[in-house]
Amino acid sequence: MFRDLFQKKKKYATIPSQRWSNESASDEPSQERPKREIPEGLMNKCSKCGTIHYSKELEKNLKVCSNCGYHMRLNAIERIVMTVDEGQFTEMDAGMESIDPLNFPGYAKKLEQQKMNSGLRDAVITGEGVIEGHRAMLAVMSFDFFSGSMGSVVGEKITRAIEAADERNLPLIMFSTSGGARMQESIISLMQMAKTSAALSRFQDNGGLYISVITDPTMGGVSASFATLGDVIIAEPGALFGFAGRIVIEQTIRQKLPDNFQTAEFNLEHGQLDMVVHRKDMKTMLSDLLDYHSGKGGF
Amino acid sequence: MAGEMPFEMPLVELRKKIDELKQFGQEKGIDFADEINRLEERYRQMESEIYTHISPAQKMHLARNQQRPTTLDLIPLIFTDFIELHGDRMFGDDLAIVGGLARLEGQPVTVIGHQRGKDTKDNIARFFGSPHPEGYRKSIRLMKQAEKFGRPIVTFIDTKGAYPGNTAEERGQSEAIARSLWEMARLRVPVICVVIGEGGSGGALAIGVGNRVLMMENAIYSAISPNGAASILWKDASKADQAAEAMKITADDLLQMEIIEGIVPEPRGGAHKDYEATGAALKEHLLIHLQELSGMDGDALVEQRYQKFRKIGEFAEKRVSSNFFGSSSESEQGKVEKVADESMQPIDHTIKHLSSLAEQPGDEDAPRTPHH
Repeated sequence: MFRDLFQKKKKYATIPSQRWSNESASDEPSQERPKREIPEGLMNKCSKCGTIHYSKELEKNLKVCSNCGYHMRLNAIERIVMTVDEGQFTEMDAGMESIDPLNFPGYAKKLEQQKMNSGLRDAVITGEGVIEGHRAMLAVMSFDFFSGSMGSVVGEKITRAIEAADERNLPLIMFSTSGGARMQESIISLMQMAKTSAALSRFQDNGGLYISVITDPTMGGVSASFATLGDVIIAEPGALFGFAGRIVIEQTIRQKLPDNFQTAEFNLEHGQLDMVVHRKDMKTMLSDLLDYHSGKGGF
Repeated sequence: MAGEMPFEMPLVELRKKIDELKQFGQEKGIDFADEINRLEERYRQMESEIYTHISPAQKMHLARNQQRPTTLDLIPLIFTDFIELHGDRMFGDDLAIVGGLARLEGQPVTVIGHQRGKDTKDNIARFFGSPHPEGYRKSIRLMKQAEKFGRPIVTFIDTKGAYPGNTAEERGQSEAIARSLWEMARLRVPVICVVIGEGGSGGALAIGVGNRVLMMENAIYSAISPNGAASILWKDASKADQAAEAMKITADDLLQMEIIEGIVPEPRGGAHKDYEATGAALKEHLLIHLQELSGMDGDALVEQRYQKFRKIGEFAEKRVSSNFFGSSSESEQGKVEKVADESMQPIDHTIKHLSSLAEQPGDEDAPRTPHH
């Protein structure tokens, strides 16, 4: 009698979970697959206007919403593939990883999580690439790793990329996206602002061309160092670009800020940018600019 | 005494008791000499216990003490003939940064510093020492002027951070800070920076790219204020004391990490206890470091400053060929090239291929956690 009751209940409640646990015990990767196929598979929702897109269509459209024009965030890999000529990218410093220099509570664990989530070792990929036949040094940040925050690794890889551009006499293109300094490395992360800016001043004094591309969002310590030091500064439509965050500012001035505050268009209007360029036109624009400077810092 | 900190209260109370006892003895004609001596001895013990173990959180409060000497308090104690110069020549004059000409033992220098207000009205005019872009642009102008005339530059850092306001953003707060870092890196004159109070974030660093960076004994310096860190870490800004302990923000910490070159000692209990002594100690250190830099020419100064900041950073380097897809890619060549080698696919295919590769967990054993 008791057994009957128990079994009945089991049918309702525990059979599905039993199936799960059996499967994951026998085959580790399949535990991941069914979970991911639903959100990442067929459909994607625009986080601005809510339009549902077929993923294939969205990718064809370079992850720009066909309804509202929102430029969705790209990771560094997608960005590089979109920017360089087929196969024309050689990565530098691929094995560089963050450590926990200050023994900061929770940092080591968070780093592991971020690596798992993004498949990256840190928030920037650097290397030499070719854009429509023009060689250039590239540094491409990825918001999906630790909100693109700048710690020692980001600072060092960017500085090495700048120095490599200087040594190889190549132009430099950096795609920025960042929430700011990596708090868990405190003062060391702050000093990366000075390190990268100093490297840029040396590179630019030597006649090097630096094109900075602002992507959504570029804030704080990255915004207040290399991202704003381009000879030419380009932003993607709608990209947030500023020093202090909206919430902090609203609390300070006790006013509501306009919706377009700190967007690329707002910054263009206030003279902080040279231009706002749609993702589909970015590669051509970069190539045109490189073409102009191919006599100096070009080849 | 003025500006006592909470951690000093046991001393204040004991002093009060000693004074009361003395007075009582005088009034009643009773001799308490033994008791008073015992209490004085206890006071000295307590004093050395308290002041030799000032915690990071206590230093944070000392650095923010309203009575702590500001840039304009220190200038006349260190330099002579100060002439303040104003304005960025573009928009306005930001009172949160002051600067001008001064003589250090007769030698002309340019001195620039953040300026907190001394009272509420002054604080409002000076935005509590948090500069707008025009403040940094004034500072850049004065630095380049100093360079032109071969004057060494001394900066005093004392700010919670750059002003977080809409007008500051509109006028390019980021650019002003970045440009200041960029310009300071290439100055061909000696630059000495001293954190005299709170060194908060990019707004502090913007005038902190020196050949020498020094800190006052109780000053703090960090990428984000302990309050801000606490509200991000524990969703509770009131845990700033806890954050201050974890963040390594004191002069001792930064000296150990080789971020700074020296610590300027303060009078017992903090700089606010004795302005004269604070100024004298600071002056002594400025003279020593300036002397060390005086033999270097422009190239050497730029190079030394570059290398000083170039070496900051701690990381690990592993031998891999590509980091695109986590630790599983150890033996593979760069994946972008590999994909492209398969065929000349149109770009959307390549992206799809790559993003599906990127989804593979880097470590087979570890579960993927969802995006936050």
